[in-house]
Amino acid sequence: MKSKMLGVLVAAGTAVAFAATASAATLDDVKKKGHVQCGVNTGVPGFALPDSKNQWTGLDVDVCRAVAAAVLGDAGKVKYTPLTAKERFTALQSGEIDILSRNTTWTHTRDTSLGLNFAGVNYYDGQGFLVNKSLGVKSAKELDGASVCIQAGTTTELNLADYFKQNGMKYKAVVFDTSDQTRQGFEANRCDMLTSDASQLYALRTKMKNPNGAIVLPEIISKEPLGPVVRQGDDQWFNIVRWSMNAWINAEELGITSGNADKMKGSKNPNVKRLLGTSGDLGQKLGLDNAWAYRIVKQVGNYSESFERNVGMSSPLKIARGVNALWNKGGIMYAPPIR
Amino acid sequence: MADHQTDQNGTAPSKPPPWNDPVIRSIAFQIVAVILVGYFFYYILNNTLSNMESRGITTGFKFLDTEAGFGILMSLIEYDESHTYGRTFLVGLLNTLMVSVLGIILATIIGFIVGIMRLSNNWLISKIATVYIEVLRNIPLLLQIFFWYIAVLQALPGPRQSMRIGDSFFLNNRGLYSPRPIFEDGFGMVVIAIVIAIAAIVYIKRWAHRRQEITGEQFPVFWTSLGLLIVLPGLAFLVTGMPLSWEYSELKRFSFGGGMRIIPEMMALLWALTMYTAAFIAEIVRSGIQAVSHGQTEAARALGLRNGPTLRLIIIPQAMRVIIPPLTSQYLNLTKNSSLATAIGYPDLVSVFMGTTLNQTGQAVEIVAMTMAVYLTISLSISFVMNWYNRKMALVER
Repeated sequence: MKSKMLGVLVAAGTAVAFAATASAATLDDVKKKGHVQCGVNTGVPGFALPDSKNQWTGLDVDVCRAVAAAVLGDAGKVKYTPLTAKERFTALQSGEIDILSRNTTWTHTRDTSLGLNFAGVNYYDGQGFLVNKSLGVKSAKELDGASVCIQAGTTTELNLADYFKQNGMKYKAVVFDTSDQTRQGFEANRCDMLTSDASQLYALRTKMKNPNGAIVLPEIISKEPLGPVVRQGDDQWFNIVRWSMNAWINAEELGITSGNADKMKGSKNPNVKRLLGTSGDLGQKLGLDNAWAYRIVKQVGNYSESFERNVGMSSPLKIARGVNALWNKGGIMYAPPIR
Repeated sequence: MADHQTDQNGTAPSKPPPWNDPVIRSIAFQIVAVILVGYFFYYILNNTLSNMESRGITTGFKFLDTEAGFGILMSLIEYDESHTYGRTFLVGLLNTLMVSVLGIILATIIGFIVGIMRLSNNWLISKIATVYIEVLRNIPLLLQIFFWYIAVLQALPGPRQSMRIGDSFFLNNRGLYSPRPIFEDGFGMVVIAIVIAIAAIVYIKRWAHRRQEITGEQFPVFWTSLGLLIVLPGLAFLVTGMPLSWEYSELKRFSFGGGMRIIPEMMALLWALTMYTAAFIAEIVRSGIQAVSHGQTEAARALGLRNGPTLRLIIIPQAMRVIIPPLTSQYLNLTKNSSLATAIGYPDLVSVFMGTTLNQTGQAVEIVAMTMAVYLTISLSISFVMNWYNRKMALVER
């Protein structure tokens, strides 16, 4: 733990002290390195988890893959740094990673005081509760006096306090370092409930020995817009990450998939032509070539494909699109026009 | 150089020029070194601050006055979500200090017992001590903490199936519950009585010691002290009308409420730290005792002293001189190792302040620096006290 403490200080202190110039042009840096260094979760199914072939997969991972496809031409040119909630911002500030894509909630304080910028939202989440079925609890309002397993350094810690205060209830927070440890604490019956973003609750439940012994309560107590984060002061890189995500989402809206991307190149729809780079110079404006978005769709797929593959109906999590559906299909997922 | 040192006429050697004078030279070099090191740190600090400013990272210690807004599992002082981040620092610090102090006391007691057991002539006792030392010393502490935490959690029943002693004490996987004493008016008298009793004991001990030196007569100091400690406060308690009541724990919907509670994280951490450090202390005690010449024991026997007094009056005081310096290192280790608490969710300084607070505020440089300064201060304090004790115990040559 000592060495870890020292490590954080060294990362926070010396890297900030000496690496002032390195942050200026992340794009050049990435091109020189030949890979995108991506900060991800230590392991949440559906968002970031190494599969049986030790390939990282997940919705957060796909953001980094999209950026690598756009910048380097190959979605596979990503190296991953698994980070705990506590380490994540320091890792980004110090230049250890190029993108932080680690189900991070976009909040005012984080956006304004950390020297970081949120590039968009890749999943709209909300905080929920997982409780032991045998307690017979039907609503979060009945949880007065309960013990809560929770992960350190997350917005959920603050939301939990707010929610219980609003409802005049008391709780005891048992704080662990990683989400896996919160699950173990919950399974060992150290806590009556586990709280986290709802998507993570479903993911953690799939890892349990007895998934059916726990239920997710209906209450969602907070807004948790999750998205990738980059360093402040490098607008070009910020734009690349933001528009890689927008291209990803717009591709779904325009009906372009990894399967039909080549055929769509011949489309007469001017929006499709601009996105796939057969007309206009949108890629150059980002400092990339014109086929940047084509490669994203071809190699990673559009947003819908990523969603279904990682967290949706063709994954073990079986999360419905809900608010994450496109704006014209009843959700709030909305990307500005490619124009 | 040689021409300056000898003078054939026998007069005092002439002084070398200043740039050749070794004293002046060494002072000059040291001044230059201090300036360089000072400038290095100034440069780093200045550079860090200006870089953080240019990147829009908030700096400074203003965050300590901001409302924290998160709960902490265990606090020795009053704390809730509306207190400040500064308060979370104090809560974490006190939790760290508590587990360290308790750990040091328990590890010392167990370490001394095991160390002496290891030297026992009884084969079984000495082998038990050896196995204990060799096993615990050679397993990483973090694993032991996880082991005890999981062992504690798995072995204990849920709140509804608690183990209990009457209606006062309950043990389950949420902690150990006991009644909380509530002090009413007049309890101050009992406290005063205890203070008087202690003062009297100190005086009697000195008097008995003097008398024994003069007359050789012994006085039952221990039993008198024990009597005083029980009778005086007891009388005060009865006279003031028993100003003490108990608040009992009771089962609520999810768990017990009221009363006092020791959380399982604390039990596991304290147990693991104690057992681990005690193994090292046992070896230190053994080596200290073996360092005392066997002649001392024989001399004590020759004077007719039994085993107990021999150990207490002859061996241990001499062994302490060997024991104290390495013992200090173990105390320091235990305190620093307590930061492993964060792995099992015990709310110590690293978990509360360097974990949650750091994350909510994002001010890594300030918070990590503060945390390291705290551990440095605690460690230096322990060193200071132990060095003072060491000087006191050191051999005074006459």
